[in-house]
Formats: sequence, C-alpha cells, structure tokens
Amino acid sequence: MKKTNVVNTFNPSIDGKGIMMGRKAFTEDFAPKDALIIKVMRSPHAFAKITHIDVSEAKKLPGVEIVLTHKDFKRNAYTRAGQGYPEPSPHDKFVLDEYVRHVGDEVCAVAAVDEATALKALDAIKVDFEVYDPVLDFEGAKDHKVRVHPEDDIHEMFPIGFDPKRNLAAAYHMEIGDVGKTLDDSDVVVEESFHTTPQAHAMMEPHAVHAEIDYNDRLLMFSSTQTPFHVRRILSQTLEVPIHKIRVIKPRVGGGFGGKQALHGEMLCAAVTLRTGKASKMVYTRKEVFESTYSRHRMRLDFKIGATKDGKITALDVYGLSDTGAYGEHALTVYMVTGSKVLPLYNKVDAVRFHGDIVYTNRMPAGAFRGYGAVQGNFALESIIDMLAEKLGMDPVELREKNMIKEGETSKIFEVMGEGTEGTAMDMESCKLEYCLKRGLELTDWRGKHPKKVEDSKVRSVGMAIAMQGSGIPFIDMGAATIKLNDDGFYNLTIGATEIGQGSDTVLAQIAAEALGCELKHVVVYSSDTDLTPFDTGAYASSTTYVSGNAVYKAASKLRDMMIREAARMLKCDVESIDFDGRTFTDSSGSSVTLSKLSNTLTYNDEQQQLTATHSYVGHKSPPPFMAGFVEVMVDRETGEFDILDYTSVVDVGTTINPKLAQGQIEGGIVQGIGMATYEEYHMSKKGKNITGDFLNYKIPSQKEINRLRTEFADSYEDSGPYGAKSAGEIGIDTPPAALANAIYNATGVRITTLPITPEKILMGIKQKEKDRQ
Amino acid sequence: MKIQNFHKASSLADAYERLERSSDAAIIGGGAWMKFSSRTLEEAIDLSGLGLDAIDERDGVVAIGSMTPLRDIETSDVLKRIFNGILPHAAAQIVGVGLRNIATIGGSVVGKYGFSDLLGPLLCMDARLEFFKEGEVSLAEFLERKGRTDDILVSVNIPSKAGCGYFKKVRKTALDFAVLNITITKTDGQTRIALGSRPARAVLAMDAMAVLNGSVDNDETTIEKAAEKAAEAVRFGDNHRASEAYRKHLAYVYVRRGLFMLEEGRT
Amino acid sequence: MKLHATINGRKRVLEIQPGDVLLDTLRDHDFISVRRGCDSTSCGVCTILVEGKPVPSCTYLSARAEGKTITTVEGVQDHAARLAGFFGGEGADQCGFCNPGIALSVYALSNEAPDADEDTIRHYLTGHLCRCTGYHSQVQAVKKYLEGLK
Repeated sequence: MKKTNVVNTFNPSIDGKGIMMGRKAFTEDFAPKDALIIKVMRSPHAFAKITHIDVSEAKKLPGVEIVLTHKDFKRNAYTRAGQGYPEPSPHDKFVLDEYVRHVGDEVCAVAAVDEATALKALDAIKVDFEVYDPVLDFEGAKDHKVRVHPEDDIHEMFPIGFDPKRNLAAAYHMEIGDVGKTLDDSDVVVEESFHTTPQAHAMMEPHAVHAEIDYNDRLLMFSSTQTPFHVRRILSQTLEVPIHKIRVIKPRVGGGFGGKQALHGEMLCAAVTLRTGKASKMVYTRKEVFESTYSRHRMRLDFKIGATKDGKITALDVYGLSDTGAYGEHALTVYMVTGSKVLPLYNKVDAVRFHGDIVYTNRMPAGAFRGYGAVQGNFALESIIDMLAEKLGMDPVELREKNMIKEGETSKIFEVMGEGTEGTAMDMESCKLEYCLKRGLELTDWRGKHPKKVEDSKVRSVGMAIAMQGSGIPFIDMGAATIKLNDDGFYNLTIGATEIGQGSDTVLAQIAAEALGCELKHVVVYSSDTDLTPFDTGAYASSTTYVSGNAVYKAASKLRDMMIREAARMLKCDVESIDFDGRTFTDSSGSSVTLSKLSNTLTYNDEQQQLTATHSYVGHKSPPPFMAGFVEVMVDRETGEFDILDYTSVVDVGTTINPKLAQGQIEGGIVQGIGMATYEEYHMSKKGKNITGDFLNYKIPSQKEINRLRTEFADSYEDSGPYGAKSAGEIGIDTPPAALANAIYNATGVRITTLPITPEKILMGIKQKEKDRQ
Repeated sequence: MKIQNFHKASSLADAYERLERSSDAAIIGGGAWMKFSSRTLEEAIDLSGLGLDAIDERDGVVAIGSMTPLRDIETSDVLKRIFNGILPHAAAQIVGVGLRNIATIGGSVVGKYGFSDLLGPLLCMDARLEFFKEGEVSLAEFLERKGRTDDILVSVNIPSKAGCGYFKKVRKTALDFAVLNITITKTDGQTRIALGSRPARAVLAMDAMAVLNGSVDNDETTIEKAAEKAAEAVRFGDNHRASEAYRKHLAYVYVRRGLFMLEEGRT
Repeated sequence: MKLHATINGRKRVLEIQPGDVLLDTLRDHDFISVRRGCDSTSCGVCTILVEGKPVPSCTYLSARAEGKTITTVEGVQDHAARLAGFFGGEGADQCGFCNPGIALSVYALSNEAPDADEDTIRHYLTGHLCRCTGYHSQVQAVKKYLEGLK
C-alpha cells in the first residue's frame, strides 16, 4: 500500500468534543418548544381486533389537538423496514390498523400541548377489543389455525415466499450439488439444532422524531434514523404526500445498530403535523423501545454437516425457522444472510443446502440488527465445527485451517445468494483469515491453554470461532458524495451516508482529505439532509466505509482534477505538467499557485466559478471482512457461573481508515455479541407481554463484565475499496456466541445449543452428565 | 408515581403529623424506585435536612440514620470494621454510584423489597429499627409484619459486636438484581444465615442455623448438613432470573463455601 | 412551586411542579446536555451532579434540590473538552449520547479519588451503560485523563 497521510493514521473523531460538552446535537435537542407531544396507546393484547373506539371524551380535553385512529387513515399497506425500493419485505403494516398484533402494537395516538394532557387523553379513550388466541410459539406458527394477518390487502413487492394464509412472511430454498447423497456418502455426519433468542438493540438514545411545516409549506422532519432517504420515500408513498414536499434531517444519532433503519415514530409524527399544521414531537419511552420497535430474529437452525474421516468437510445442510413477529420487516433478507455470510466460510464442500421459513407470530416484530442473521448462523456453524472436530478426533483449529476459505478462492454461494435476490460471484481478493487465526493462537497462548486447566472448583478454558460478513449489498446499496471547494481552499463534504455514532463522518472526511492531500480539519462534513446532501441508501449492511467511502474517494479525485485544470489555466500550462501536493500547484517550469490563491481567485476575481464534484458508487461486489475470535473463561463447576477473562480478536477489514474507530467498531460488536451470548433475553408472560422491557430486567453488559479486550488488525488491502478498506461495522458481533459455547464445552463437557448461555443451563448440563455417568 | 404536593418536613413530629393526616401521604426515602410505582401521592414528605443521614457509633451500637445514602454506607469506615464489612460490601454491588447517592437505607428497609441486598446482612447482624412513635423493634419482627408502616423510621441500629461475616451476591451483570444473595455472620459462637432475593425477601435460614448452633464444633459434616438444610428448608421461587431449583442449588453451594471461609478465618 | 438552586454557579429560581424530576426541569430550561436514556434509574445517561455528587436526574425530585448546587456539563465545559481529548485518543467516543453523564461522573471521581486505578474507575462508572464502545477504551481514556491531572 502506498504511504498515506490521513488515512490509516491516528485521528480522533472530528465530532467527539462537542458531543462530550453536551452541545445541541441530537434529534430531541432541536425540537421546537411549542411542539405538540404525541403519545400512543399501546395494545395490552397479543392479538385482538378493535371493535369499537370512542375518542369523543379525549377530544374534548383542553389542549388536545388531534386524536388519530385507524379510521383516520386510508388502508395503504407498507413496510417500516427502511430498505431500498422495491423492498424485499412484505407490505403488511398500516399506519394504524383495526387489528393489533402484538403487545405494544399501536392502537391509536394523541397529540396535545404537553405530555400530561396527552396521557390524560389516552386514559379518556374507550376501546373495545375482540381478543383472539395469539400465536406465540414460532415453532408452531406455520399453518397454525390462527392467522396473524387475516386481511387481504397486504402484498409482497416481488416473490419472496410471502404466504400469510400459512403465517409465512417469507420462505427460501437453495441447493448446490446433491446434499442428500453427499451426506450419505460422508464418513462422519453431525446433526444438531441451535436456538437463538431475540436481542434488543438497546442503543442509548431512544427513537426520537419531530416535525413541523416550514415557511414554504413543506414537511420538515428531524429523525434519529439510519435511513433519511428511505424515510422520505416511505412517508411520501404511505401518506400520499408528494416527495418534494418532504425534507428529512438526520442530526447526531445516539446509536442505531440496525434498530433505527426502520421507521418507528416518523409516520404518526408526520401525520399529526400534516393534519394540524403544528409542530409535533415523539420520543419513545424506554418501554416503547423495548416493546414497540423491533428486535433481532429468534431462530431455530437445524444443521447437518458431513466430512470424510480425514477431516474434509463435504456437505452443509441447514433448515431454519425464523420468527419475524407481527410484521415481516427484513424477514427474508436477514434469513438469507444467515446462510450467505456464514456458509462460504467452508467453501470446499461438495454440496450445500440452505432453506427455511420465516413465520409470523404475535410477538414484537424482528428486524435489522448488527450481524443481520450472520450472528445466528455463526453460532450454529462454529459450534457444530467444534462438535465435528471432536467426533473426528481432530483439533478444531486444524479442522478450520483445512477447510476454511482462503485468499483467491471463492464460494458458489456468493453467486447463488444475495439479499432477497440472486447473488454476485466474487473471488476473495483480500482474505487474511489464515493470518487472523494464526496470530490469535499466538496472542492467546492457545496451545498452552486449550482446552482447559482445572483450578480447584474452577476451570479455565478457551474457545474460538471464525467469521465473515460483507461490505454493502452489491448492485443495490448506493452512496453519493459532493465536495465543494471554498475560498481560501477548504472543502465541504456533503454525504447522504448516515453518521450514527460509528464514526462515519470522520472516516469519510479522512478519505476525502487523503484524496485531496489536505489536512483533516480542512474538510467540513455534513450528513445527512434529504434537501442538501446527495442520496445514500443509509447506514446498514456494513456499507458506509466501502460504498459511501468509494463515492467520497471518486468525488474527491474528480474535484482534484477540476482544480488542476483551473490551475493549469491560470499558470497557462498543460494539465499534465501540474503537480499538486494538496497546497500548491506547480508546473514543470516551477511556476506555482497556492490552493488558497486559486480558490480565492475563482471565488472573487477571474472566471469566477464554483468548483463542485459529485460522485456516486454502487458496489459490484461485497468483499467480506474476516476475523478470528478467541475467548478465555473461568467456569465455576459447582454453580455454572463464569467470568470472561479475555476476548481477543484478530480482524481483516482491509485497510483501517481510522484504526481507533475500527477498533471501537470491533470491540463494541464483541461486547454486544457477548451480551447476546450470555444474558440478553426477552422474557414473555403467558399472554405475550414482555416482562423484560426495561434496563432493570433486560441486562446488557456493563463495565464490570468486560475484563480485557484485545483487538488487532491483519495487514490487508482490498483493491476495490477506498484505500484498500472493507467494512468493520458488523463483523465484531459474530463470533462471541460460538466461541463462548465452545469454551464452556471445553471447560465442562456441556454443549449449550440454546442461547443465552446462562450459568443455570451450564449447571443443569453438568448435573445431567453426572447423572448419566451413574 | 404521581405527586400532588411536596412537603419538606421541619421536624420528625411535623413529618409524622402530615403522615397521619392522609392515607395518601408518604415519606419519600431516596426515591430510587419511585418510577416503578403507580401510586398517586397526595403528599410526598421529605426528611432530608433533619440530620438523619449520619452513621454514628456509640454505646456498642452503630446507628445508621434512615436517610443515609447507600454510597455513604459503602464508604463508611465504621461499617467496614464490623462483620468484615459485609454491609458496605453488599451496598457497593447495588447498581451504580449515582443510584447509591440517592437510594437510602431507610427506603431499602421500609420498602421490604425482595431484591434488597441489604436486608440479609442487616438480619444477620441482628439490626434493630428505631421508629419515631413505636421506638425500637427488631428488623426480623418488622419484616414479618404485613402492609406499610404508618410510622417513621429514624435509624437502623446494629450492635457492634466482634464477629465475622460473609456476603455473596449471585448476579447476571453488575447492574442486575441478585439471582440470590447469601449472608452469614458469626459472633459469640452463634452463626446466622440469611438468604435474599429468592426472589422473595431475605429470611433467616433457621433450620440451618439450628444445625450449626446446636453443635459443638462446626466441622465439615456439620457444615455440609447446614448447607443442605439451608437449601432444603428455605423456600425459593422462579422468575426470569433463575428457577427455584437453581436457587436452591446456589444456596447450598454458597452457604457451604461461606461457612468454610468463616471457619478458616478467610473472607 | 418554586425551586431555588444554584445551577452551574448561578442562582436560579425555576417554576416546578411537585412531582417534577430534575431531568425534565433542566431540559425545559435548556440544559440540553442532560440526556434522556431510560427514565427508570438504570442507564446513567441523565447523570448530573447535586452537591458535587453524581445522581440520576430522572429520579431526583426537583423539589428536593431546593437550596442545593446542581452541575451539568454546561457548567464544566473545560473539563469536558479536556476529557473529550482523551476519549478521542482512545477511540472511546462513538455515539456519545452517554458522554455528558460520564463526564460528570469522571469530574466527581477526580475530586473523590484522583488516584483511582482501573478497578476503581470501572467501579465508579458501572452505572453508566454504553452500547457502543465495549467500555475498555473508556476506562483507558479516563485512566489517562486522571494521570494527566497530576
């Protein structure tokens, strides 16, 4: 790689200081003081039909501006998913509906002058429900006698296996080679079912949105969203407002993790402001965030893996059942990623089958969440690899080394599976998985520690897993950037790419600064505003650095060429003879003009013009980042309790544009993955009410659970990425569940196949083993 | 919780008078769990400013004012000295510093919360409660009473005897309520064991204590028997944090470990 | 009713309701650094200092702050700016929604225990949930910040 000055060097985030100082930055900070407060009545029932709703008393209350029920909206099915168009998610949701399909679903909404009045108004609304038996068990949902979506005015945008009569939001099937025969011919076959539970994004900033009508009669909306352009489009299509009448601004966002890819409060907030002409605001309570948004998909994955007796993996066969809850947001695509960004890890197989059903239930919907299906798939695959190794009597690391994907190789799966569509064939031009594995073994003294060491009533053990992800969705995810040269030679970079706390504004500014040869502080970044910034699909699918980063690189290069052309004109020489070092343009004769002079001249003095370059980028491949994750635990054999002593990650993300921020992405992902693996769990009452809908009962990792994290990056360069970069946003979350399950097995002989891995399950497993031995 | 009127008491007598006046008046402790109550209070009575937030040792008793924040208990040198500092040790594991700066010992005791990590240590240290009207009553007796008290807790009094103690909180994360908490104290040759967050409120494991206190020597067999009794005779329940069976098992393991540690003089 | 309090060094008189909590009172009066995270005492995002001690403002009755000194990040801007440098140095600032609260706890910690080691820092900051960083980088940043004060 060529020497760089800004990229791949230490740079603190460009916006951290103002945020730490508590300056106005987040959505709620910008809300007009007189905004109406919107409160939503949430369904107490898992499944019911509103037979009667009387809002007359509520409307009479002084200070109540508007009450909205399903009767106030045209039946216009849409999906909140927040994806490109046409969406691979079924249009199965109405702004408000006569049916409520999960506890926490919207019944009706009130907007009033203050919160107390709005809450009082909700109390004054009388609703009669016809309550139905809900479908709560996802394993019995398919072809259940109760239909979660009995209405006939919902649809899919293109074939995704949508069949609401059978409670199917989507279904998928693919097979490469003859799996049945290959498994029959394999020397060893291991079979196991794995269960994962929903996980809450638990970003610290709750979903927030406010809207007003600007002086030009347009709807101006601030939203804590990952997808401002999709929000604009979906609002326009669903509320039937011309799209040019809507402006969506995404201020600073306090964490997303996929939870803010979808629309949540935006629809009702827009409706209130459009109908009253008044500003309105909706900030989700933490309870609403837990009950009324969406979570990670619960899955059951039935895995079969075959191998020859010398350890060549021959076949992978997966049937999966995924619970999309009440609405099918991301139903198909999350499930497909469970295969497409997991199974290619072992690319030397003779046959693969991956199929499954994504079912509706009367539970909170599932949707996009960092890892996007891959984390569920990784838990199953990387657990069963250890199981296979044991059956073969082989070292699990050796089994991986022998079968895993390597640089220059490919997998047929890339070609067959995309996200909602067919895939894109690609070779692994950058894949340092072998290095990641080898380096991780060194760092953790794996050979000295594997599998365990007994210390009194405790056992110290290690476990590991490898993983891959993607970098955007090829031919779908598009990012665009505009760079403008200002007088005195500084730049504005405007991007639709969505900074949500992951540091994308900093990373994209670094790419621009590198390409323009300037200092980072001379690139002023603005994201994202549907009026002012160019289009971007949004912050999801690990796309920003790779897709939007490529757009920034191209826009910067284009502007650089334009500036050189102008300098050549000024210096009266050929474009080819100009050398530009970021500050000064020099021709072959040694005459020169500074950027400052050039930009001032162009602004004020001669042939005045505004130099601006826009470029967009759509990926033609999705180069995967890879990693190996290693965990060391101390397990108490008498209680099943365990401490995570160390988590070491060695990661190939291509070039790290900002090494510290990339490390933050990996470590944040690891800890979120540890949460999913160990204690994050939704518990539900028999009637389908979430009883873990707050931070007192839904536990995410705190300071004390994380002892040591070590993160290293492989020296890697992806030719198709900006300065060699791939993605870093999601890969970190994939390995903890399997690595931990493997470590626990190594310590205790108990194989946990149902997440989360709790001390209680471990202990019960130990007791069962003792019983079996007797 | 909804609050219609806020009254800062000028004296305990003033607070008591206000409290008597309406059944919908209540003393606000630290207010830590206020958000989880759906009660409407006609009047919230605040005791801060009455000097009830001190920890004093006199005449063989450590008196902890009812308005003492948990953070002060955590850092109290006086409390660290008695029973191996189990009370500060337990307090230090309750949520975070911010919460502990507002939550008070009075709130923890009067609320009789199942999840409380302080009731076990207080029971094991034979704490007595000083009420404004009633005077002194043992904590054990107070916890047996049904319903809310109409009296005002002034202080929690702990006899500062020479003794040793053991406290263990089993939990999922540092910010969680306990799956189970286990306290053991030993003083004057008498052992006390309390189990809390079962998930019901802390109780003394009387049968297990009887095994220990009735034997001459707390040898391995006695300890084993006491641990079994603790798991057997105390009632445990299920919630989303753990099952009854798991709690029972934890009670056995940690009572046993705790007793061994105390016997060996390790804590 | 009226609340008389010293907020960030200035004596203020604010109109409040008996059941109001400081989170709402302060935000309503444009102390917007006080962020709303969970509304239930369990995330640390809304932390402020009362009499120099960190407390969750979502659970602190405004009426109770009568006569007290209240500090938000608006009142310790130099400290926050300096701390931000250390967070930036460790890559510990991601979404930053929880950072003003953390900045106040670190401020209190630097007064209470300027020699705090890593364990003490973790213990002191345990009440602050963060979903972005994984905590490790935060602890390193705070450690270096405290060392820098010496």
